[in-house]
Amino acid sequence: MSNFLSYFKDVDIVKIELKKIFSLSEMIKKKIYFMEVCGTHTMQISKYGIRKILPQNIKLISGPGCPVCVTPLEFIDKAIYILDNFENVTILTFGDLYRVVGSKSSLEKEKSKGKDIRILYSPDEILSLAKENPDRNIVFLSIGFETTLPSIGCVIKEAKVQNIKNIFFLMGNKFFLPALEVLILLSRNFISSNFNADSTIDGFILPGHLSTIIGERSYHWIAQKYKIPSVITGFEPVDILQGIRLLVEMIVSKNPGVKNQYSRVVSYDGNLYAKEIIKEVFDITEGKWRGMGLIPATAAKLKKEFEDFDAEKRFNIPNFNNEENLFGCRCNEVLIGKITPIECPLFDKVCNPENPKGACMVSTEGACAAYYKYERI
Amino acid sequence: MNKILLPYGSGGKYTKEFIDRYILKYFNNKFLQHLLDSAVLEIQSEKLAFSIDGYTVSPLFFPGGDIGKLSICGTINDLLCVGADPKFIALSLIIEEGTEIEVVEKILSSIQQVSQQEDVLVVTGDTKVVEVGSCDKIFVTTAGVGCIRKGLNLHYNRIEPDDVIIITGNIAEHGLAILLSRGAYGFEYNIQSDCASLKSLMQKIFDDEELTPHIKFIRDPTRGGVAAVLNEIVSYRKDLGIEIYEEKVPISQDVKYLCELLAIEPFSIANEGKMIMITSKNVVDKILSTFKTHPLGKDAEVIGKVVFTNKGKVILKTLYGSMRILDMPTAEELPRIC
Repeated sequence: MSNFLSYFKDVDIVKIELKKIFSLSEMIKKKIYFMEVCGTHTMQISKYGIRKILPQNIKLISGPGCPVCVTPLEFIDKAIYILDNFENVTILTFGDLYRVVGSKSSLEKEKSKGKDIRILYSPDEILSLAKENPDRNIVFLSIGFETTLPSIGCVIKEAKVQNIKNIFFLMGNKFFLPALEVLILLSRNFISSNFNADSTIDGFILPGHLSTIIGERSYHWIAQKYKIPSVITGFEPVDILQGIRLLVEMIVSKNPGVKNQYSRVVSYDGNLYAKEIIKEVFDITEGKWRGMGLIPATAAKLKKEFEDFDAEKRFNIPNFNNEENLFGCRCNEVLIGKITPIECPLFDKVCNPENPKGACMVSTEGACAAYYKYERI
Repeated sequence: MNKILLPYGSGGKYTKEFIDRYILKYFNNKFLQHLLDSAVLEIQSEKLAFSIDGYTVSPLFFPGGDIGKLSICGTINDLLCVGADPKFIALSLIIEEGTEIEVVEKILSSIQQVSQQEDVLVVTGDTKVVEVGSCDKIFVTTAGVGCIRKGLNLHYNRIEPDDVIIITGNIAEHGLAILLSRGAYGFEYNIQSDCASLKSLMQKIFDDEELTPHIKFIRDPTRGGVAAVLNEIVSYRKDLGIEIYEEKVPISQDVKYLCELLAIEPFSIANEGKMIMITSKNVVDKILSTFKTHPLGKDAEVIGKVVFTNKGKVILKTLYGSMRILDMPTAEELPRIC
């Protein structure tokens, strides 16, 4: 184990990659902006201080890579609506969502009022909790990208096979790719005005885990349609610097494409079995993203044959249309890379991990949490 | 009589029997034997150090130690942190009804072993038994008294820019050992806790009158690990910053990679047999070579220094030539590790 991991943390290899990046960067006469769109990359880049060792003209900005951060406030409001209007409800959630404040309250606050809200560590626990509590309505708050959808899909299939009647899914899952295109279009405006640059995002550091499911083949359009290079990248320092070096090489050679730096894990086609499960259980519909609004074909919805498990239907949840941000929080701009966390007026003043005002500070993979934890220097 | 029963804590006949059969068996000495309400101590010292700590670790027995060893080493180490020679221990046991006597004896025997080896005496104590479910088998509290050495003045007020930060050995072993021994991750890996009394190691330094005036501050990085101790210092001394060099921080390969695997920060993980010492720069070589002559200090390293930049912050200079904040751990990541 140690030899394998140590290669991707090797200081000398990092230094070699950095040297290559520095000499390539001299050939680029302007500032270039690379965006990472995966929360784990956001954390790792901050943790290893990678922004600080790159050439002056290469900037890394964080995109909407954290599922908790892109989840609109109304998702929390819907969960609280169920708790307020129905008896015998148990809400199951992953830990990161627990402290996110909706338009009025958070799950954490509701729990302190005596509501039954439990934190899960694995989707496996959903079925066993439902079976152990036959008299309760078990509602799972389902968020995440294509990475988590297959395991949720498996649970839903299994619930149908076992004919479990007291389990419901509040679906907040998103499909990432169409949003990436919206982000490219959005960024055309703000990159030029905010960063005083004359182009859009110059390259993408593509997610490692998500790409494991969807595969390298899903990304070719980025270069073909928008002439933007991208690299599927692993999470260790050597991975990230190799990813950046490959992006710079493609810029210098004016030959944008998609490269797979993380080929030890990510294949060309992705995980076919996982993709099959997604197709089998979910339809694709319009989805609301914090920071980017409604985007067509980005939300996962349960197929008709599984709609008995749909919490929205079971609990007749009305439409919520709430303001996206509270207290002057600028999470919506942070998560599309329009501003850095440090530019938000609340950052490190009234907003910190103990008392977060917005989702990007709550989530352990949010850009604000990463900057707060590692980059307040 | 193979389980602890409620009457053992009643104060009556059974309590006396428990004390005679078990407590005196392990800890009889001239202070304890009279079984008075308080121990009467004979101490000659201008200043005394007095410390107390409660132990609730789960599991009770873990690779490298148990709650008994931990409870006595922890209090000894706390006394050493203020420059005291540990002398006397008070021992309080809260035992859950139904706990196997054998378990209690194993724990008492551990305490006895460490106290004999480290030349501290258990001079007074108390035993309570609570109903099933009121505690988890056994909670141990130890209080300790030590005599403070002349010539030692340990306080964060004395820390100055350019002072160096020394750690006596590999970090993050206790917390990780506990975590893995709980089997929560579905795999087993034997990491030994570093649980140890550092009395003989620290006395090597305390005995050297050339060194003692230059030692400014000592603390054992237990809960919250190295990150918590360093951040506490700069929160008291907001006029100072601390720089830590990642490449100098001693950590075993196994611990390093397990932390990676579990995505936990080794700087925030508890140690139970390490000291952080802050001293002036001029004595650092001698301190380091003194530490290295002792088995518990063989991996000692200078890991950083005190600076007047980045005030109020702990900065980690990474292996890659970059830097980042080393933050105070926020929530207790691992409950009941000590």
